[in-house]
Order: sequence, then structure tokens, then C-alpha cells
Amino acid sequence: MKVEAKILLSLGLFFGLMVAVYWNWGHENAGSVMMFAGMLLGFLPGAYYYWWSRRMKPRPEDDPNATQAQGAGVVGAFPGTSIWPFTLGMGSFFTVLALVFGIWLLVPGLALVIWALFGGVAESRRGGKV
Amino acid sequence: MVDILEHPVSAHDLPDPHHEDHGPTGILKWITTTDHKVIGLSYTVTAVVMLVIGGVFAEIIRAQLASPNGTLVSLAQYNELFTMHGSVMIYLFAGPFAFGALANIMVPIQIGAPDMAYPRLNALSYWLYLTGAITMLSGFFTAGGAANFGWVAYAPLSNSLNTPGAGADLWIGGLLLTGFSAIFTGVNLVATIFYLRAPGMTMFRMPIFTWNMLVTAILILLAFPVLTAGLIMLYADRHFGTHIFSVAGGGVPVLWQHIFWFWGHPEVYILALPFFGMVTEILAVFSRKPVFGYKGMIFATLSIAALSLGVWAHHMFTTGVVLLPFFSIMSLLIAVPTGIKIFNWIGTMWRGEVWFSAAMLMAIGFVITFLIGGLTGIYLASPPLDFFTHDTYFVVAHFHSVVMALVLAGMAGLYYWGPKFTGYLLDERIGKIQFWFLFIGTQVFTLPLYLLGLRGMPRRMAIYPHDPQWKFLNDVSTVGAVLIGISTILFVVNVVVSWKKHPAGDNPWDGQTLEWFTTSPPPHHNFYRLPAIRSERPTWDYNHPEHRAIPHAPAPVTAETEPVR
Repeated sequence: MKVEAKILLSLGLFFGLMVAVYWNWGHENAGSVMMFAGMLLGFLPGAYYYWWSRRMKPRPEDDPNATQAQGAGVVGAFPGTSIWPFTLGMGSFFTVLALVFGIWLLVPGLALVIWALFGGVAESRRGGKV
Repeated sequence: MVDILEHPVSAHDLPDPHHEDHGPTGILKWITTTDHKVIGLSYTVTAVVMLVIGGVFAEIIRAQLASPNGTLVSLAQYNELFTMHGSVMIYLFAGPFAFGALANIMVPIQIGAPDMAYPRLNALSYWLYLTGAITMLSGFFTAGGAANFGWVAYAPLSNSLNTPGAGADLWIGGLLLTGFSAIFTGVNLVATIFYLRAPGMTMFRMPIFTWNMLVTAILILLAFPVLTAGLIMLYADRHFGTHIFSVAGGGVPVLWQHIFWFWGHPEVYILALPFFGMVTEILAVFSRKPVFGYKGMIFATLSIAALSLGVWAHHMFTTGVVLLPFFSIMSLLIAVPTGIKIFNWIGTMWRGEVWFSAAMLMAIGFVITFLIGGLTGIYLASPPLDFFTHDTYFVVAHFHSVVMALVLAGMAGLYYWGPKFTGYLLDERIGKIQFWFLFIGTQVFTLPLYLLGLRGMPRRMAIYPHDPQWKFLNDVSTVGAVLIGISTILFVVNVVVSWKKHPAGDNPWDGQTLEWFTTSPPPHHNFYRLPAIRSERPTWDYNHPEHRAIPHAPAPVTAETEPVR
């Protein structure tokens, strides 16, 4: 976990330096704000990973001498086939088309989106199909 | 010597260790699947269709320009064509092909994971991409035609007065959908690479392709939200009466350029880095050597990514309101890590047993073509030269060298990894013929455009003055475009001719990384067993125990801390 944290933290550090130089040299607002936000995107998750990396035991994938047996156990829940991503995608499709062809398309669009959200959450509660 | 275990990775309450996919088949499988390989294959097919559509637009453009007063399309249609050519190629082909298609299939397999971290989010990404593509292209079927403000949609031109009609709105909507698709894929890739690696697969043992995809995913997360925000502002300007980008209402048109290029330049590397990764893998495998300068490669990738976020205004030198020295220095600096990469690619091949398969030829073609595109990029990073060549065909030639190099690399990727996810080899002979058409066509297509640009021909013109030099150079370029078109047809022919003909076997190229350890195509959840991972090329270590001492391996010990020799 330490390497992951270091990548993100160094990215944040780089942006911190860049935004300092750019703001003091160029006095340009848009780019400075965007680089500042980029710095945060490095620091926020980076700090979280760093905080965890000091409190957790090294995982088998961080151990250069790990055996495959150390990875035994449940890796995660991988849902099997599911119709809800398709439903949500079609709902988003109609919602975006409402931007172009008229507000009435929001009716099927939002209906599908909400249906998909409820369906997806219910499926996660059941554990999904494998 | 190497410990082999039944692979213990198991999903939630599995029916049996060798569980298979019991889901539906046919079209219902396509719609309901959450398997990263099936989704990746859908991405691949969709992206190749987009390549063909964008290529047809390109051929029409080149045919129009073959004579000074071309009458193949009207001036308005020409505007739609170059806009949609750029949009389809950048938004709908190159990006999704890299991080949706090949990365989606290969990254989980390369790190020994059973699937992507969020399989349902992965499926949603595909549906957003497909519907985004349909939305953008459906502009052609509206009364006003498709979007026609160039793929960059610069501010005063893209407002509701200058570009009325549904085509532009469909372009914005399609881009919103594909943008969210990219963001979700980025989240998915970062989570997969951080959390689902196999035991022993430390960060500095991941294949270079996986590393590049991690960096690409971080770049996506930094850049795409900016574009999405900008598109919403643009839509608000067009329909809700805001004045963010209009001078009349106190807005700043150049702000759109800042927002667009803050996304747009990292996007160049979002497109390029995955292909760099593919080429690195291919050069190493077909030279039968480990990657030369593995850590240097990773450092170069990280620095390219970091620098790419500080160079956006080199697209805006002629606006007169950007800090020229800052952006010039940063742009020139990118040449350093890129140079490291080129050096390492040559170093990987150096004194290797080079096997000139179709994939290897295309990878070498990529290095040469990318070098031409990269070197001319250094010219453009210098403001005085950029003032001279801005918006001429020199710029067009520069980025077409780069993106045609990426097409070569993508084709190399399909020849190299296609056998893994389809189970069947493509025909090598047709592949080599395709390579020569594509490679020679690319140079014949782009090199005249450099000269045209230096002679002052501006881009985005449907007709041009009767100048014998301009006409000749345009004609040569059109011939090149036809050669590239033939190469694409040859690829489709190859897929049809070698359809389920030559079974690939698990490891046709004597590969080095984990994907070559599993079957072709891989089983549901990818692995029945995994080798011990002791270096960045575990499959090679397993197949060639005599070559175990490789540069980045730690002390050669097995899991039982037993010296190998």
C-alpha cells in the first residue's frame, strides 16, 4: 500500500509546486484553480492510503516473497449477470436526449434511472448471481 | 522449483472451484454480462466500427481535397465531416479502444485478478460509451446536420447564434455520456490495480502496460471532470441564457479554451500512454528479453503524465493571453521522458532475438512514426515557430503522425493479444501485408502535410487556391490516405479469413506476463492456477527456469526460502 500512497502524494506535491510557480508568475485564474484541484486530487486519496498503509499489515500483494496460498480466501464479491447496468445506461441515454429533443424524454429517462438504482441496490443486498 | 497451487481466488459462494459462467447466452449475455472480457470484447468491436466510420470521413475529406475546387461535398458538409472525423477518432475510437477495450480485457489478467473491481460499473461504462457514440453520430440524421464547429468547439463559434440546431447539442450530449464512461473506467482501473493484485505481484512487478493504464486512469480522473464541467457550461450558455463564454454578457471566450485544453492535452496522453504500454510489452516479448530499464520506463510514464497537466496552453499560444515561457518550458520538458522511452524501446530490442511477426513489425512502425510526430511536436512547443505554423497543415501533420502511430500500436495490440481473448491467431501473412500498407500509407499521408503547412495552407478548408505545389502535395497525401484505407480493409479481411482457423494455444508468442499463463480464451474469472510471482515476467520465469536470474528479480528463492542454485 505504501507505493500506491507515494504515487498519489508525489502527484499532489508536483501540482503544489506547479500551482505556486504558475500563480505567482502568470496570475491566471482558470489554470491555477484547475491545478489546485489537481493537487487536492493527489493529496486527498494519497493521504488516505498513507494513513492506512501505516496501520495495516502488508498484504500478500505487497510482499515480494508471497506464495499463492497466502491469497486464499474470499477476494471479493463479483456479481454475475445483471440487467441493471443496461437499464441505468438506457436511462442516462434518454436523460441526455432530453437535453436536445425536449423535456418529455426525462419521463422515461428518470424512470429507468430510478428503477435501475433500486434494482441494483436490491440485487446487491441479495448478493447477486454468480 | 516454482510453487504451483490450485488457484484459490474465489468469488462469493462459488458452486465449485472450476466454476463456469452459467449466465444467459446470445444477445441477453451481451446485455446482462458483467464479465470484463465480454465487456472488453464489446468495446473492441464498437471501437473498431468507430475507426471505420471515422476513416470513411477521412477518405471523403481527402478525396475532396484532391483538387483545389473539390465538389464532392458542399462547404457546410465539409465542416460537419472534419468535426465528426476528429470527434469520432478522439472521443469514440482512440480513447475507448485503449482504456475500454484492451485494458479492460488485459489489466485484470495481467495482475492475476478474477475481474475488474466493480463489474457492474464496468458494464455501465460500456453502455454509456455506446449510447454516447449513437448520440453523437445521430446528429447526421437531424435537419441541421451534425456538429460543425471543429472537434474543439471554440467558444464564440459554438454558441447558439453561430451554431444553432440539434447537431451541436447531440455532440455535447454524446460527449457527456462518453466522458462519464471514461471516468467510471478510470475509477475501476485504479481500484482494480490497487486492490486486486495476486500475491507477490508488487507494484514494481506489474507489467508496463498495467502501469501505463494506472497512470492513464489517474490522468482520466484529473482531466475528464474538467471537460464535463465545461460541457455543462457550454450547454447552459446555449440554452439557459448564461454568459460564461460570451463577451456580450461579461464572460470570457478564452475560458473555454483553458477548460477544453486542460482536458485536451492530458487527453493526448490518455490516448498515447496505453499504446506505449502495449508496444513495450510487444517489443520485449518478440525480442525475447525483459523490458530494458523497467523502472526508468515507469518513471518516464509518471513524469509524462505529471507534465502533461501543465502544458495545456501551448494550444493557445496565439491567443496572446497565456504565459508563453512557462508553457514552452513545460512542453519542451516532455521531450525528456519521451526520449527515455524511445531509448528504452531500442534498448529492449538491442541484441535480442528479434522475431519479426506482424505485431512486432507494427510495434517498430509505431516507434518510427511516433518519433516523427514527437520531434515535430518539439518545434511546435517553441512559440515563435508556433506563431508561424499555428492552424496550418503542419499542426495537422504533427498530430496525425502521432495518432497514426497509435493506430499502428493498436493494430499491434490486436495481433498480439487477439489470440488471447479470441483463442485464435490472425493470419501472419496478411498481417505483414497490412503492416506495409499501413506504414507506407501513413508516411505518404503525413509527410506532404508538413510541407503543405510550411507553405502556408490553413487547416479546415474545403477548397484552396490553384497553386501547383499545394495541389501536388494534397494529391500525394490523398494517395497515402487510400493506402491506409486499404490496410484497414485488409484487417477486416484478415479477421474474416482467419475466423476460428488457427487455434492459438495458451502461449503462442512465448509471452512473459501473467495473461499467457492462463488458457486462450481465459476461463470465467480468468485463472485455474497461478505461478509464483518473483519478477515482472512470471510466465517466462515458469517456462524458462534456466533464465531465472533477471535484472529486477530479488534473490532467487522459492516460497520455501530455498536457494534455486
